Amino acid sequence: MNLQIDFSFYSWDLISNFVLKGLYFSLMLTAIATLGGVLFGTVLALMRLSGRKWLDLPATIYVNGMRSIPLVMVILWFFLLVPAVIGRPIGAELSAVITFIAFEAAYFSEIMRAGIQSIPRGQVFAGQALGMTYGQNMRLVVLPQAFRNMLPVLLTQTIILFQDTSLVYAIGAYDMLKGFEVAGKNYGRPIEAYLAAAVLYFVICYALSWAVKRLHQRIAIIR
Amino acid sequence: MTWDWQVFCEDTIERTAVQGCFGKDGGITYLDWMLSAWGWTVSVALLALLLALALGLVIGTLRTLPASPWLVRLGNAWVELFRNIPLLVQIFLWYHVVPAFFPTLKSVPGFVLVVLALGFFTSARVAEQVRSGIQALPRGQRYAGMALGFTTAQTYRYVLLPMALRIVIPPLTSETMNIFKNSSVAFAVSVAELTMFAMQAQEETARGIEIYLAVTGLYIVSAFAINRLMAFIERRARVPGFIAASAGGGH
Repeated sequence: MNLQIDFSFYSWDLISNFVLKGLYFSLMLTAIATLGGVLFGTVLALMRLSGRKWLDLPATIYVNGMRSIPLVMVILWFFLLVPAVIGRPIGAELSAVITFIAFEAAYFSEIMRAGIQSIPRGQVFAGQALGMTYGQNMRLVVLPQAFRNMLPVLLTQTIILFQDTSLVYAIGAYDMLKGFEVAGKNYGRPIEAYLAAAVLYFVICYALSWAVKRLHQRIAIIR
Repeated sequence: MTWDWQVFCEDTIERTAVQGCFGKDGGITYLDWMLSAWGWTVSVALLALLLALALGLVIGTLRTLPASPWLVRLGNAWVELFRNIPLLVQIFLWYHVVPAFFPTLKSVPGFVLVVLALGFFTSARVAEQVRSGIQALPRGQRYAGMALGFTTAQTYRYVLLPMALRIVIPPLTSETMNIFKNSSVAFAVSVAELTMFAMQAQEETARGIEIYLAVTGLYIVSAFAINRLMAFIERRARVPGFIAASAGGGH
């Protein structure tokens, strides 16, 4: 054990000059990918539950395909393909946002599907008996209850998503981990930098998962 | 755009196509390189899996022990610690920070450190599955062990674990597939696995799409193989007429 940690490395300068910018990007990426992922994930889930083969099949292929490829490869794929498709280069940050929305949609759609399937058939029949259209039935009866059932799982997935944002390292986007790494390189203190990164990720994720647990106890539907 | 699969037959140094696509006289083609990268991916994943299963089984069991609150707390702390730090950060910790604390690890190759990182990371997830598997058993099973005069160790060895481990095979299947996917993060510390190959070969050849397609295909093949293998194990380990039988198939 010869451990020498230079505590003077941990200063306000470190946070304001390097970490905040990255933390902001990590949080924005998490928020945008969650919103976009839930939106497209719901569409994918409805396609898979529609009972129409021409809707079900492409959604199934998309979801299973995304789920069997490592996220790093998906990040690399989008970074390669998106500029080729739109015909001009885009930054690593924008590419990361598009990737995460597309990737997380597959995972969120599985959560949505389980949530929608957890609603008893009687609820759907009740909506139909009231003369609701498919859209009304989904919007007013099924989805509100499904969202409530799956909220804890959804939030847990969001915490995983926040951890996964560190993988934008592969294309050099400036996230929280990158902020610590740059600072560590600048001051020649990589050990202190990685330790601080680990502690900060742990504190954020632990606090969030504790909050999710509390929320789950409060909002669980009593049947 | 046009396809150019010939790129895999090119020598990595001279960049000329080689007859038969496999390098001769010590030269290697991109195909050779990719296959060896696949080998690294499989090695990292399988060794990490062994470590994760061994550790996860112990930690998961500790978390269910009656009347040992400190061991339960230790197990819980372990799971929280390894679950709440991103894998990439954990790999950097093993690679840059841990050797600074334990100088003996400085001479250990990066490959081993990545196996340790991925194994410890996954052990927390395995422990969580094992714990819920044991707790899913009816309470009467534990009492039955006690009534037979078994010690706690015997109860676990002969009554609880044999059933619990069968219950956790399906979730462990997806953990095994995850470990293959997660091994891709090893690129960050320059282990020569598939993702590292994809990034480097893409840069060298500028045939990114062909390279990425081949690599993605290998990942899918690996995931599918694992899936079939675990389904086979599940069928073989099944106790006729018991819970594990009905959990088969599916995902």
